[in-house]
Amino acid sequence: MSQQTLMAILIFAPLVGFFINGFRYKKHSAEVAGTIATGAAVISFISALLMVIDLIGLPAEERRISVQFFDWITIEKLKVVAGFTIDQISAIMVLVVTGVGSLIHLFSIGYMHHDEGVAKYFAYLNLFLFNMLLLILGDNLLVMFVGWEGVGLCSYLLIGFWFTDKQKATAGMKAFITNRVGDAAFLLGMFVLFLTFGTLNFQEINHLVPLTSELTWLAPITMGTLFLFIGATGKSAQIPLYVWLPDAMAGPTPVSALIHAATMVTAGVYMIVRLNPLFMAAPNTMMIIATIGGLTAVMAASIGLTQWDIKKVLAYSTVSQLGYMFLACGVGAFGAALFHLMTHAFFKALMFLGSGSVIHAMHEEQDIRKMGGLKKYLPHTYLTFLIGWLAIIGVPPFAGFFSKDEILWQAFHSPRGHWVFWAMGALGAVMTAFYMTRLMALTFWGESRFSKKIHPHESPMIMLIPLFVLAILSAIGGWIGIPHVISEILPGQPGNFLETWLEPMIKTVPGTEHAEPSLEWGLMGISVMLAAISAMTAYHFYVKDPSKPKKIAASLGKLYDVVYNKYYVDEGYFCGIINPLVRLSKGIWFYIDVNFIDKTTYVISDLVRGSGLFVRGIQNGNIQQYAMYIGLGVVATMTYVLMR
Amino acid sequence: MQNSELIGEIGLTHYLILSALLFVAGMAGVLLRRNAIVILMSVELMLNAVNLSFVAFSHYLGQMDGQVMVFFVMTIAAAEVSVGLAILVSIFKRYKEINVRFFEHLKG
Amino acid sequence: MILSAVTFLPLIFALALAFWPNERTLRHLALGFAVIEFLASLAMLAQFDSSTAALQMVEKFPWIERFGISYFLGLDGLSLWLVLLTTFIMPIVLLGAWNAIENRVKGFLISVFVLQTAMIGTFLAMDAIFFYLFWELSLVPMYFMIGIWGGQRRIYATVKFFIYTMFGSVLMLIAIIYLMFLTQETLGTMSASILDFYKLKIPFVGGQFFTLQTLLFFAFALAFAIKVPVFPFHTWLPDAHVEAPTPGSVILAGVMLKMGTYGFMRWTIPLFPEASEYWAWLFMTVGVVGIVYGALVAMVQPDIKKLVAYSSVSHMGYILLGLFTFNHFGMSGSLYQMLNHGVSTGALFLLVGMIYERTHSREISKYGGLASVLPLFTIAFFVITLSSIAVPMTNGFIGEFLILLGSFKAEPAFAYVAVTGVILGAVYMLWMFKRVFFGEKGELVKDEHHPLHDLSLRELCVLAPMVLMVFWMGLFPNQFLDLSKASIDHLVNDRTNYQLVIKGQNDLGPETKTAAISTQKTGDAQ
Repeated sequence: MSQQTLMAILIFAPLVGFFINGFRYKKHSAEVAGTIATGAAVISFISALLMVIDLIGLPAEERRISVQFFDWITIEKLKVVAGFTIDQISAIMVLVVTGVGSLIHLFSIGYMHHDEGVAKYFAYLNLFLFNMLLLILGDNLLVMFVGWEGVGLCSYLLIGFWFTDKQKATAGMKAFITNRVGDAAFLLGMFVLFLTFGTLNFQEINHLVPLTSELTWLAPITMGTLFLFIGATGKSAQIPLYVWLPDAMAGPTPVSALIHAATMVTAGVYMIVRLNPLFMAAPNTMMIIATIGGLTAVMAASIGLTQWDIKKVLAYSTVSQLGYMFLACGVGAFGAALFHLMTHAFFKALMFLGSGSVIHAMHEEQDIRKMGGLKKYLPHTYLTFLIGWLAIIGVPPFAGFFSKDEILWQAFHSPRGHWVFWAMGALGAVMTAFYMTRLMALTFWGESRFSKKIHPHESPMIMLIPLFVLAILSAIGGWIGIPHVISEILPGQPGNFLETWLEPMIKTVPGTEHAEPSLEWGLMGISVMLAAISAMTAYHFYVKDPSKPKKIAASLGKLYDVVYNKYYVDEGYFCGIINPLVRLSKGIWFYIDVNFIDKTTYVISDLVRGSGLFVRGIQNGNIQQYAMYIGLGVVATMTYVLMR
Repeated sequence: MQNSELIGEIGLTHYLILSALLFVAGMAGVLLRRNAIVILMSVELMLNAVNLSFVAFSHYLGQMDGQVMVFFVMTIAAAEVSVGLAILVSIFKRYKEINVRFFEHLKG
Repeated sequence: MILSAVTFLPLIFALALAFWPNERTLRHLALGFAVIEFLASLAMLAQFDSSTAALQMVEKFPWIERFGISYFLGLDGLSLWLVLLTTFIMPIVLLGAWNAIENRVKGFLISVFVLQTAMIGTFLAMDAIFFYLFWELSLVPMYFMIGIWGGQRRIYATVKFFIYTMFGSVLMLIAIIYLMFLTQETLGTMSASILDFYKLKIPFVGGQFFTLQTLLFFAFALAFAIKVPVFPFHTWLPDAHVEAPTPGSVILAGVMLKMGTYGFMRWTIPLFPEASEYWAWLFMTVGVVGIVYGALVAMVQPDIKKLVAYSSVSHMGYILLGLFTFNHFGMSGSLYQMLNHGVSTGALFLLVGMIYERTHSREISKYGGLASVLPLFTIAFFVITLSSIAVPMTNGFIGEFLILLGSFKAEPAFAYVAVTGVILGAVYMLWMFKRVFFGEKGELVKDEHHPLHDLSLRELCVLAPMVLMVFWMGLFPNQFLDLSKASIDHLVNDRTNYQLVIKGQNDLGPETKTAAISTQKTGDAQ
């Protein structure tokens, strides 16, 4: 099969699935719809796998398969081709997306079994996959933007999937509009780059990047990358545009796993990694990215400490983990960012699906205060969730340990890094360990706190298989990026496969020095120790001594309230932006449109009318007066003629 | 001849003055009187004043054009009066009123 | 011959309808006529030569020779798509209005066809007086459409519409007459042909308002600006749209507004290049203000139709912004956005009309939960909404992207403000969508005595071409833009010395020759 066909199958299989399910949107059979959709996803995955195998066969420097379908927009210098590329970066991403995507499709068959709009659901899911593939594989910014907006659209549709509930519909709208803010900035970023480089193609842009870094703020690359980064904050839920992601949990849980944890929200990170030479040339932007990433990691984790909704905890955890990825990008550790993106996709999808399984078992209950002791009811879910937990808090040798540790090390060691970034990351890790342990404790361990009427039951096999696969990946997924210091002591000394693979595509920060292994070991030890202590504390609080958290919360008083209410950011946006905007709009409609412009035109028309009324007075119907006008007219004319 | 001398003393100016006086009298009637019939009569008076000056000019200039014009005017005047009177009669039949101030339907 | 046929066939159809005896088959006949007209315009498209910017298929006969006024029709890349848009939308309008118009059907159909002639004539006439004739003729049928078949405040709306537009056009008439005298002075003979107008070199003094070119420029620009409508002359639009019957709104938004922007492209910018350039900031500013203002006001409208009307103001702001960037991106984007707006806003009005036929209300607060009752309608509405808020792969995106890119290239400050329109557009459309289609069932929707019916086959036939065009234009914009490329390149590159020639005519002046050559060059460079 030619690469063109293979690429077409890879991209369009989900679209075909979308159309098939879309046209039978009224059907209620989860099996048929699910099989079609999952089949489409699996076909995509297989073709992706085939292409990646092809890719591996190529020599390292030429690993790139480009396929061009047709010229999309051609105007003057702007030549946008509907072209798609698989290279080292998109290969990882495409495997993650189609792979995890397929698993989540499979899970959905069980999860959405009883839903009325199941065909519609699977149609949306396939449409999402299609758009995500456009985003990943597009070989220029504009094609990426198509996917970029497309996934936002699917996210809108899926968050508001149960649209009869007004809150869910609102959450969908909020997600789309918040994303739109980022998208607008993304557009500006594209304009800046296009006017600077004269192209939107990734490869060409990366080739054209000047060797020297820009040091001023208003220089084109800095501006362009900053705009793109604002776009990324929208899609990847970073400060200040993260607010939509927690609300997005209104959607079905597998959607949260697929879109709002594993794939779509990582698009921003992916975009930055894709353009890493460009971002590398703008140190100011990188500093901003690292700062925002670090802040988001800490802030979201702190909110996660206080939430009671199982999905909300995971949502804030996602925001926080995305913060790590941006932190990595900001310090120039693009490989680490991509690595964490991948491992995060595994363990967070696992945890979301696990929470889906729990919610399913608890009959749509999401409050962890009403759970507890589920270990014995849901043994398989518990086991997989446990692996996810170990992975996210960074216990070696689970996946999260390697990627998170890599980020922390780079934050400290990279020339663009700083010990402050490391501290932020470490603080985030401590809090992550705490809230994740808290989540485990309140959900699976301890006494059961739900009413006797509920009999939790383990989910069917079709939901468990994806959990098992993801659990395995969460356990071993990190092994492709083992840091050198560890691999040296391991038998056989496995190399850092990921680093080698990405090497031709990722620029290293200039001036990176060789570091003392002892320093790396030391930092690693500190972060793992801190996380372990934090996890143990949480275990103590929530399993051994359940009254303690309340006391601490009470002693913190206002501070706890502020954190519990998510720092009042939503309220702030509402009072600061949305309300004034609506009021302003009503104001300008009433005062400018209705009262000013229309009234002004009325004044003009009144003027015309008034002069008409004045002239009308002459026409009074008295014949004799008319005769007098005639006479006067004759006299006037005569006088004029004669006197001239 | 005495007669012709007498006539000779009365020059074009006299005719024109008379014509003007008649015209002004007619015009005053048109402008000031309320009775529609009187107005019509006044119009006739104005027309005849004009006729007079036509004839006078014709005589003194030795051209017939003026006299021809007088015939036209007289014909038109006759027509006008007959139509005007007819309208007035029918209006009177309907409204029992010939005061022109009463007819202000043309008021804008 | 083909241009005359395309222009005047509708008039003949109108006559035929006037004498058609059978009331019942009137609509079928009209639909058939509209389809014939569309096919005729396709024949025109088939003959079109996209490699040249010259006027094609020209028909020129002297009409009033004393004043140099001629019967002069010509086609180039600027007018091509607008004519096709007109002929494309007409059958859809007629089919969509099948039940919307119940009394005096004959009169209505006649108005529609007369209007079609007027609109196509406006796009094709290359003689100033001839153009003006069509321009004004278009007011009359629309005046009756709103005034007779409109809603409650129809008289107010139609008079407002008429007087507003008339006010601008008389100024244009004065300017046209002045230009005709100028041709007499400079070229020897009086002429109203636009080709001769282009040859005029009108003195321009920057900074002084009461100078020749500036005054003429504003006389034309005001006429077009009111038609577009540009903020702050837009207040006739919401009233006219709300009161007009559905087909009237569709034609008004779909085609008539483009007469204004087309006027800028054909007349104002090439005729007065220095003044256009000098005052570009003003028009870009009102364009940008229109974008934001229209979007904000649309956001708080309680009436769906009014919301769509204000969204038109916002969209037309984009077009104006793009026109005054004077670069390829902005100009192409504007031309494209004209077509997009015709399709997507036209379709939105059709959809609003369909729901109005069912519930006899357009108040947003009375709706809610429509999505679960009318799934097909919801899908159609959603697709058109996407086009309206410029989601990629729909037509709206191409237009907005090119316009924003063009304005960013010309003057970034405007692009920074205009890009907020991208956000606000999503806000007002999606907020309305949420309130109408999502949530609990509203009072109009849950009425069990009158269950709402989903789209009928006729309505599907109305919407299908629109939805098809949304994606076709979004996915393959080159197929459309390539045909206009030569004309737009010519307009952008030779704006300061713009000349048009008639294709196949050899007596080119020295200047026009260079113009033609430079167009050729850019054509090759593409």
